[in-house]
Amino acid sequence: MIRLNVNGEDREVDVDPDTPLLWVLRDELQMTGTKYGCGIAACGACTVQMDGFPTRSCQTRVSDVEGTKITTIEGVDGKAASAVQAAWREFDVPQCGYCQSGQILAATALLAETPKPTDDDIDAAMSGNVCRCATYHRIRAAIHRASDTMEG
Amino acid sequence: MLHLMQRLATTAPRPSRRSFLKLSAGAAGGLLIGVKLPGSMAQAAEGASAEQMFTPFVRITPDNIVTVLNKHLDMGQGNATGLATLVADELDASPEQVRAEFAPADASKYQNLFFGVQGTGGSTAIANSFEQYRKAGATARAMLVAAAADAWDVSSSEISVKAGTLSHASGKSATFGEMAEAAAKQEVPGEVTLKAPEDWVYIGKGFPRLDVPNKTVGAPNTYGMDVQREDQLVAVLARPRAFGGKVASFNADEARKVTGVVDIFDVPGHGVAVLATSTWPAIKAQGLLEIEWDESGAETRSSGTLFQEYRALADNDGPVFRDDGDAAAQLEGAARVVEETFEFPYLAHGMMEPMVLTIHVEGDRATLWYPAQFQTIDQATAASVLGIPQENVAINTLYGGGSFGRRTSFDAKHIVEAASIAKIWGKSQPIKLVYTREDDTRAGYYRPMGVHKVRAGLDADGNLVAWHHRIVQQSLMTGTAFESVAVKDGIDSTSIEGVEDFSYALANFHGELHSPKVGVPVLWWRSVGHTQTAYVVETMIDRAAEAAKADPVAFRRAHLTRKTGSDTHDADNTRKLGVLDKVVAMSGWDEGAPEERFRGVAVHKSFNTYVAEVAEVSRRDDGTFKVEKVWCAVDCGVAVNPDNVKAQMEGGIGYGLAAILFNEITLTDGHVDQENFDTYRPLRIEDMPEVAVEVIASAAAPTGAGEPGTPPIGPAVANAIRAATGSVPAVLPLSRAGLA
Repeated sequence: MIRLNVNGEDREVDVDPDTPLLWVLRDELQMTGTKYGCGIAACGACTVQMDGFPTRSCQTRVSDVEGTKITTIEGVDGKAASAVQAAWREFDVPQCGYCQSGQILAATALLAETPKPTDDDIDAAMSGNVCRCATYHRIRAAIHRASDTMEG
Repeated sequence: MLHLMQRLATTAPRPSRRSFLKLSAGAAGGLLIGVKLPGSMAQAAEGASAEQMFTPFVRITPDNIVTVLNKHLDMGQGNATGLATLVADELDASPEQVRAEFAPADASKYQNLFFGVQGTGGSTAIANSFEQYRKAGATARAMLVAAAADAWDVSSSEISVKAGTLSHASGKSATFGEMAEAAAKQEVPGEVTLKAPEDWVYIGKGFPRLDVPNKTVGAPNTYGMDVQREDQLVAVLARPRAFGGKVASFNADEARKVTGVVDIFDVPGHGVAVLATSTWPAIKAQGLLEIEWDESGAETRSSGTLFQEYRALADNDGPVFRDDGDAAAQLEGAARVVEETFEFPYLAHGMMEPMVLTIHVEGDRATLWYPAQFQTIDQATAASVLGIPQENVAINTLYGGGSFGRRTSFDAKHIVEAASIAKIWGKSQPIKLVYTREDDTRAGYYRPMGVHKVRAGLDADGNLVAWHHRIVQQSLMTGTAFESVAVKDGIDSTSIEGVEDFSYALANFHGELHSPKVGVPVLWWRSVGHTQTAYVVETMIDRAAEAAKADPVAFRRAHLTRKTGSDTHDADNTRKLGVLDKVVAMSGWDEGAPEERFRGVAVHKSFNTYVAEVAEVSRRDDGTFKVEKVWCAVDCGVAVNPDNVKAQMEGGIGYGLAAILFNEITLTDGHVDQENFDTYRPLRIEDMPEVAVEVIASAAAPTGAGEPGTPPIGPAVANAIRAATGSVPAVLPLSRAGLA
């Protein structure tokens, strides 16, 4: 049994220790908000937060997350997350939406660290999160809006 | 998606004014409203009886929820909201009470009126449904009003409806939900009057995207990849490395040792399937398989060889697709001739959600869960593989994590694979076929590679006088069920779309098409033939302008303004000029580019939508270019949700940009060289330009928005690079020449 803490809850799963966290979340814990996109940490669709840091769950072995706190799209909350999700809705950011869980987790982590990001900060923080619908234009605008909301 | 569909669009019967409306009591005692199709459509829908032609689009339940059934697949282009907007407007519903739901697979009720079967593509979702869904909304409204009139004992004409509330001057009022059951018992009006455009409350203004809230919280059961059925197995298939390869032998000893693996078997003609209790063991076991492939009947040519063969063909005469005047003679006598040979690579669609499909076979019935893009083909295919009646195949459509054309193919390969695996497994158990990213990249169904060889001639005054255009491109349609419609005299309409309707004023035009046979499966890719043809035509127009010593915009205007001798081309040119003038104004083209910046322009019609784009680029120290800003003007007739049209232009630009900057699928001895986003480089946020979009106000019938933003970005960027370097890149992607 491997123990992990997801969205504040302690969970136990019976899987091979080398199983990526992504598949534990999706298949064992039935939390499918975290997406499979590439399996090689090249697209960011599987982004979760590990102790607040954006982490690619497809390249994170479940045995390596014991003792950490994992946050997924299903559990992300707080000032930055609320502001980001509200801005995503205001700007109708998602198109197909498949990458957006990862985008939101990455944007939330950015704003928690850097409440007033520049465009360059945004590019640097979000570069690992691919959107094939190319909603980047709105992602950038929504992050700025979320930043303003948090300030206000 | 394709010219074929446009051709079908011109021949398919439109719903007649006499279409009559019919009602049945729906779930929970609510309303189900549909528009009955005229008889000719009934014939188009395979064998459906008159009773089955009832088409339910709207459900109103006592909880005051209005559910709009979407007969199309929403893969990000927003048609779930678009169709709901049409209903909500005529119904005078409030956005908060409106929900979208995917309709089941049933061509007799949910056919694309342009196709005659149920399917999504060709940027037709709004265009084919515009009247149908408004009528459904108007019908529901009329019945709610009639019910209120009965209940309150007043005349229907005295009842007003606003934002989901029925009211009367006496002070009586009711919600839709309160009136739903009584309304269901009302007689169906034979005719409904649709609103005049000036009375629209949402159409042309805006409506919140209904799918966005769920997509910002990671809601379950949203995408095909999210499907989790009880007792479900996950299948991963190891496919041949070369197209047409077969399994000679395989060793699964190591793969079988993976905990969770249930079985491993040959799926004749498709590869080796791993079945496991969950996804990771299946993927892991796939990687441990040792497979000997028999490539004796496979396509084993390399890309370089194919391009050599294509270039050789481009030097020879081929079947003619258009011949006006005498282009060859006029080129001989032209004052200036510009010529170029272009190379376009195969492209993968690379949607974020790889291909996925869950199938559950129970006796002579099958149920499928996935983003279904062409339900009728998929039903027929599953039925054929399983040997069951087509009507016994039920489809539950989920949102698609992108598609860009990939989720439907003539042979419905993903359906065949999943149904074959289920058949071999034999137990009545849901099986979810998952493509890994590598599987998805290497499985084929690419945009075809191609070579275009063009010569354009100008007279001494700088006017275009002749155009000679030879295309070498693999046919999408030959050998498919659509061949008889889409291929005429050896000419596949999808290979020439975007150039066969060349409309710049010109007396001599000659076009030829070679369609070599290659064993690589090819498919429509966001805008189908248009990414190649727009690139060639619009960069050659820039070259011609340069030869004429004219500004690229001025040169285009001159050749779009002049009468062409064809009413169709003149009408196209009027709308092309409209978007061109708009984008010129938006970008401040006439003031010229800022220092160290370079600009290019392109204008193109696809799927009856007109788009002009200006790209502004800068050059990095290493010689590569960064696309800094793009201005875009679009004329798609009535824009039902203007903000969504803008989103589709932004996305279409980004999608096209990735392709021209970075993307190619190449083959070495028939094996695909790329496999994941490390080798098939996606556009990232730092690559995305600022984008400004304006939608031309229009009262014309709505056309498409999903694809038409993509074709102009390639030539607009290439023309900006020409402005910087003096030459247009003729070999794509631009990274090949160190330009990206």
